[in-house]
Amino acid sequence: MEILKTILSVTGIATILTVLIIVAEKFLNNYGECKIDINEGEKELTVEGGSSLLSSLASNKIFIPSACGGKATCGLCKIQVIDGAGPLLPTEEPFLTPDEVKNGVRLSCLVKIKKDIKISIPEELFNIKEYNATVSRITDMTHDIKEFRFDFDEDEDIKFKAGQYMQIETKPYGKIKEKAIRAYSISSVPSDSNGVELIIRRVPGGLCTTYMHEHINKGNRVRITGPYGDFYRRDDSNQYIFMAGGSGMAPIKSIIMDIIEKGLDKEMFFFFGAVGVRDLYHTDFFRGLEKEYPKFKYIPALSNAVPEDNWKGETGLVTDVMKKYIDTGNGKHAYLCGSPGMINACVKVLTFMDFKEELIYYDKF
Amino acid sequence: MMDSPQISPFIIFFASIITSNMVLTNFLGMCSFISISNEFKTASGLGKAVTLVMIFTTVINFAVYKFIVVPLELEYLRYVVFIIVIAASVQIIELAMDRFLPELHIKLGIFLPLITVNCAILGISLFMVIRDYNFLQSLLFGAGSGLGWWLAISTLAAIREKTNKSKVPAGLVGPGLTFIIIGLMAMAFMGFSGIFTIQ
Repeated sequence: MEILKTILSVTGIATILTVLIIVAEKFLNNYGECKIDINEGEKELTVEGGSSLLSSLASNKIFIPSACGGKATCGLCKIQVIDGAGPLLPTEEPFLTPDEVKNGVRLSCLVKIKKDIKISIPEELFNIKEYNATVSRITDMTHDIKEFRFDFDEDEDIKFKAGQYMQIETKPYGKIKEKAIRAYSISSVPSDSNGVELIIRRVPGGLCTTYMHEHINKGNRVRITGPYGDFYRRDDSNQYIFMAGGSGMAPIKSIIMDIIEKGLDKEMFFFFGAVGVRDLYHTDFFRGLEKEYPKFKYIPALSNAVPEDNWKGETGLVTDVMKKYIDTGNGKHAYLCGSPGMINACVKVLTFMDFKEELIYYDKF
Repeated sequence: MMDSPQISPFIIFFASIITSNMVLTNFLGMCSFISISNEFKTASGLGKAVTLVMIFTTVINFAVYKFIVVPLELEYLRYVVFIIVIAASVQIIELAMDRFLPELHIKLGIFLPLITVNCAILGISLFMVIRDYNFLQSLLFGAGSGLGWWLAISTLAAIREKTNKSKVPAGLVGPGLTFIIIGLMAMAFMGFSGIFTIQ
């Protein structure tokens, strides 16, 4: 009897106090609706204040990597907070480098949302989605390159930076019994948001390229995810040098079109390396751009032109041709996309020409 | 109804600030007293928080003891009950402070939840029961002890801010010197014992 009374009264007191805490939390922890502004207006969420940034984002399907599940022990859920997080907590400090502290990086599991907050999260975390797309156009570009257009379903659209890539998932075909995932750069412009265009070169024996070239027809459904990658244009230069080979034209085309579409006043040189005339494509398109935008120059270079090609343009290695047009790399950005061999050769030449190594961006494939 | 000792509540109030100071005469609440007394502002903030929690918990514990514990003859459980009440009060005060005094909340950091296990606070509730204080006596005892703790930690922090800037023999840097200062402070506070004592 005594024991029962003891247990009951202690439980009773604890219950009453718990109820009190819950009631207090309801009133004191109620910060009303707060807005989370992500990447300067790119996305705005309205959430109930009072909970952590990590969980508020998660409930809006933005998943910040976190191994400990918001217990402030793993230090993975770092996010750059621009405004509205309040001062740094002593519990966060051990996880952050001085540089991160200076840049406003916080542990999102410890930042409590009490008012409107502005954050910046890497595009790749924020934007990656899965799309079910329909192949709406396939154009033969050269003997081994095709351009594909994928249209998303009505209610879906994509936000990407010119230069990023998508991943295509192939279905089993022929003797291939497994699914495969391969990455291809987007060649269309970001403003064209309810679909993407990819340029795919057929690699002899290539698993996915063969699939795309032989087994995909107009109207087929394809599962594609993205956008990925950090090969995109940085805005702090007025002179850009682009160099590409083969299907490496895709991200470069997107970047150039993006610059022109946005009406930015930039000087652009696009050096495109190919073997013969039969490997050139989109030539009329870039020639047209040249006429419209005097600051844009398109310079295709053939390394192995045969007499039948009747080629009057530049010949030789694309790096040698580039040297004819560009005297110094000082103040210029270079964007390269192509095979590792080509990229390595270009980077070597460019650094020799005073291009700053950190201003040479490339996408090897 | 128990008979309360006939000490004026105001004597209790002033005595618990000075001559019967919780930390300097009973040595209760030493952990945070030593660890948070580096900086005057923070120390004073913690002092305020402790005072608040003391008043709050004394009132609640008095009510809980009188109306739940005694009628149910559960006096032997008072330690458990008091600790639960203190824990819950600290929780609520933390929520309130995060809302209304966010700066202080961040400054106090982990020490605010640690007030829960600050022995001075449990000490108040236990003394109040042992000494058979009535409600007014208990309230002023809690308030006085809180203010006394606040006074003590603020003074210690102010002194330590000075000593931090002075040359101190290497072996005494940190806790060593702090203990000496606390000892001297305790003696200074005892100097008032001619005026009033409650024990």
